[in-house]
Amino acid sequence: MLKDITLGQYYRTESPLHRLDPRVKIVATFAFIISLFLVKNFIGYLIAGLFLLICIRLSNVPVRFIFRGMKAIFFLLILTMVFNLFLTPGIVVFSFWKLQITKEGIKLALMMGIRLVFLITGSSLMTLTTTPNNLTDGLEKLLGPLKKIRVPVHEISMMMSIALRFIPILMEETDKIMKAQMARCADFESGSVINRAKNLIPLLVPLFISAFRRANDLAMAMEARCYRGGDGRTKMKPLIYQKRDFIAYLCILLYVVMVVVIGRLPV
Amino acid sequence: MSKMIQTDKLVFEYIRRDEEGNVEGITRAVDEVDLSVEPGQFIAILGHNGSGKSTLAKHFNALLYPTEGEVHVDGMLTEDEEHLWDIRQEAGMIFQNPDNQIIGQVVEEDVGFGPENMGVPTEEIWERVDESLRAVRMDKYRKASPNHLSGGQKQRVSIAGVIAMHPKCIIMDEPTAMLDPNGRREVIRAARGLNQVEGITIILITHYMEEVVDADKVFVMDRGRVVMEGTPRGIFKRVDELKALRLGVPQVTLLAHELRQAGLPIPDPILTRKELIDALKKLRAEGYML
Repeated sequence: MLKDITLGQYYRTESPLHRLDPRVKIVATFAFIISLFLVKNFIGYLIAGLFLLICIRLSNVPVRFIFRGMKAIFFLLILTMVFNLFLTPGIVVFSFWKLQITKEGIKLALMMGIRLVFLITGSSLMTLTTTPNNLTDGLEKLLGPLKKIRVPVHEISMMMSIALRFIPILMEETDKIMKAQMARCADFESGSVINRAKNLIPLLVPLFISAFRRANDLAMAMEARCYRGGDGRTKMKPLIYQKRDFIAYLCILLYVVMVVVIGRLPV
Repeated sequence: MSKMIQTDKLVFEYIRRDEEGNVEGITRAVDEVDLSVEPGQFIAILGHNGSGKSTLAKHFNALLYPTEGEVHVDGMLTEDEEHLWDIRQEAGMIFQNPDNQIIGQVVEEDVGFGPENMGVPTEEIWERVDESLRAVRMDKYRKASPNHLSGGQKQRVSIAGVIAMHPKCIIMDEPTAMLDPNGRREVIRAARGLNQVEGITIILITHYMEEVVDADKVFVMDRGRVVMEGTPRGIFKRVDELKALRLGVPQVTLLAHELRQAGLPIPDPILTRKELIDALKKLRAEGYML
């Protein structure tokens, strides 16, 4: 199950999309998501779909890899579609027992389905083509103006990248503790849900203690290396817009205008 | 030329408090330590667990401040707010657990972390990262994730991260305690190289006697005090005293010591395997039945 989630995973390859500034990709993803909610007809979705397809092509990420992530949300997708299908009032097309399918329902269900699929594909395309580090850097730069109203932007992005760095370490540790407790006859797999949750305590307590110890050590190591917050810090890999980034911004702008104008025409 | 590190009657006390915040007890972790380190030296501080050697080391980087007494790093008083960042830049620190001191998700980014904090311009950061990765021979792994490296390699990355800050002195707080023998050798070799090639002062804190053989000077600590001080040769002569401090001498030294007690006239002390072999050969030439 965990292996299937491609959301938030990075796919290492060379492509024009990989080379783009993370800020462009973040803005583009948001623009794309918003555009999906502004579209009112199927032609609009067609344009959005085409745009997405071009992006996938440009990203060099295998299509099968992108859609593997879809499995995780398949259930959610079906549920949303079914609810929309049966619970939208309007002209009844088909009915059995207490359930009615309306013309509006079919349309809405289809639209919701397409919207969800596009939304997930679009955002996973961003994470597939951007390293987590780049992503946090991009967010830090984009949200930079918020510093003026005392939002700790640098600290948040630092916390995010440290969290990302420690995920594999803590996973390994969980595995180790689990095995150590299993060797002492702890049972994580049988019993009722409540019992199983209770059995997790001998796993969580040592994990938390060790996480705090690590945090303490890391804080000390950071201080020893002159870390003193974001002020006066320089960047080893500063984000600087290139020509291609401006071209990308232009493409996104064109797409948004097109989709909003065409997609909102009454059918 | 001022001393790299100098402590005057340094005392540090941990104060234990109960839940209401009343003082329950005071533990003296460092007790009136006077020591001085000359620039360019390779110093080793030996001691059993709980002897106060790590607490002492944290004073050299202004991570802890003395309860009594003073610490000077390159002539700067550590309690002086104004010099705090200069001290941390000049006296780099390596810790025990390699995982808990690597911040970056890519090796080169971690090495760049220190210079970034110091506000070094971007181009110079890259130069510094290149040269420091080369100095510890980790340049092949610059794009790798730290999670895929061995313990010894991770520790060398940490050392590179400190070198990139251009320190005059590196304090290593048991850098080999969590490593296998191979990793231990890698780290010690890197430390020695930096000392000899770059002239960086190294203060190595350890409880492995084998690692201090080449040091210029050794301090042995017990219960917060410096109980022995001298060259490795001078220290290793006192095998029985070291044993009383629960510190094992290197195997060869111990073997030579036992042989000497059994009546063989072997010179004192023996630090390396080669010395012992030479001594034994000489004895055989002199007509001992070996």
